[in-house]
Amino acid sequence: MSVSVRIPTILRTYTGGESEVSAEGDTLAAVLDDLDASYAGIRARILDDAGALRRFVNVYVGNDDVRFLEDLATPTPDGVQISVIPAVAGG
Amino acid sequence: MSTLLDDTTTPGTAGTPAPAKKGPRDGAFGNARALACRECGHEVELGPSYACPECFGPLEVAYDFPAVTREEIAAGPRNIWRYKALLPVPTDIEQSPNTEPGFTRLLEAKNLARELGIDRLWVKDDSTNPTNSFKDRVVACALSAARELDAKVFACPSTGNLANAVAAAGARAGIPTVVFIPSNLETPKKVNSAVFTEKLVAVDGNYDDVNKLASEIAGEEEGWAFVNVNVRPFYAEGSKTLGYEIAEQLGWRLPDQIVIPVASGSQLTKVDKAFQELIKLGLVEDKPYKVYGAQAAGCSPVSVAYKAGTDAIRPVKPDTIAKSLAIGNPADGIYVLDVCRRTGGAVEDITDDEVRDAIVLLARTEGIFTETAGGTTVGVLKKLVESGQLDTSLETVVINTGHGLKTLDAISDRVGPVATIAPTYDAFAASGIV
Repeated sequence: MSVSVRIPTILRTYTGGESEVSAEGDTLAAVLDDLDASYAGIRARILDDAGALRRFVNVYVGNDDVRFLEDLATPTPDGVQISVIPAVAGG
Repeated sequence: MSTLLDDTTTPGTAGTPAPAKKGPRDGAFGNARALACRECGHEVELGPSYACPECFGPLEVAYDFPAVTREEIAAGPRNIWRYKALLPVPTDIEQSPNTEPGFTRLLEAKNLARELGIDRLWVKDDSTNPTNSFKDRVVACALSAARELDAKVFACPSTGNLANAVAAAGARAGIPTVVFIPSNLETPKKVNSAVFTEKLVAVDGNYDDVNKLASEIAGEEEGWAFVNVNVRPFYAEGSKTLGYEIAEQLGWRLPDQIVIPVASGSQLTKVDKAFQELIKLGLVEDKPYKVYGAQAAGCSPVSVAYKAGTDAIRPVKPDTIAKSLAIGNPADGIYVLDVCRRTGGAVEDITDDEVRDAIVLLARTEGIFTETAGGTTVGVLKKLVESGQLDTSLETVVINTGHGLKTLDAISDRVGPVATIAPTYDAFAASGIV
């Protein structure tokens, strides 16, 4: 499954400045593995030492926060857009 | 030093060549030294950054404070700039047009205290700010940062108070504003923002969708200062002024207890930060104080975590009339837990009906018409007293964050004419009103 991943500014040092990159995988975990194969080190910025999503990062598959779906096991259908976004306070 | 300025594109205009890039001027951020990650301590230079490049944690302003005296502060203007030495703003901040918020009234609430059985109670009433909410404080600090970073557009995602404050501050400063709101907002809220700005953008989605969009735009568009995204560290510091004012207005002393609403949790943590700074600077006596957080049951992830004795805050889908508190994944929630537990306070939540009851209670005891967030805070204060979680013999402050005219819909079916009578004395006499 090929998906596109939107990369936040603070992680673009890993992607050579690209704000959107392609990755493969049928779950979010697999997509992050594939992303790390292309851009070494990026996964460790999104996941903590225990392999869970870092507290202050939100990941969306389509328009849905994966915390409301299946977290890292969330399916990533072909063509879906994944967004990695720092957690932001509201107002 | 990075700046927001890489091109000068403004909404609705074609891009024009950018002038030579230059960093902020010396003293642009006052006594601020750096942005430091609250999680891992990593520091980055002062600029349009909000997330730690190491761990995504929130960046906060760190300072090298000079000696500051009560007299210097008291000699300042009757707005938040009397505390400018403690904020990330330049010494000439008062020369730049802004809404001059703050130094709002601290009212001793004797009737409400008697009603609740509290010995001494004050309401810090931020409904009297320029756009009738505490958001004018944070927006004023964000506006200063946006100016110093040479931002071309001043923007925010919001459902109400923040949109009003950003749009008004931008108008006063002469900076174009773009305000993003959920498309299903009530008409009065749309009007309250649109009156100040030509560019109110309705987004098909809920507030979380709007917030996400704002984060994505902030990452793509140069020259845009989103107050609660890329200039958030500067913005958040504005809430400290609530804490400074309460201490100064109490005669340079800290209250024993304070009850504060929790949306993202930023305000509560910043009031605590303000109290700690005042102690360190020797401006108030070092004494214990308790901080209590208030949430609505329909969006209470922090309260639920507090009661469960855990640090793990599970995001929720909000469902409450207290829309300005309806942040299901509160960025500072974990720090609210830290503050409330460290100080011996608590986090509590109440139902929407209790929110409405508390709005009426405050209005009819103290003549203050509060918004739903304030109703939540007063209602939680009542619940804390009834459950024995709050010591009624201690001096207590409750924060009213905004004006009830902003959330009329929440209360309009609860109050109204007691009777409709003919214009005759006989009708009046027969009505039983007196």
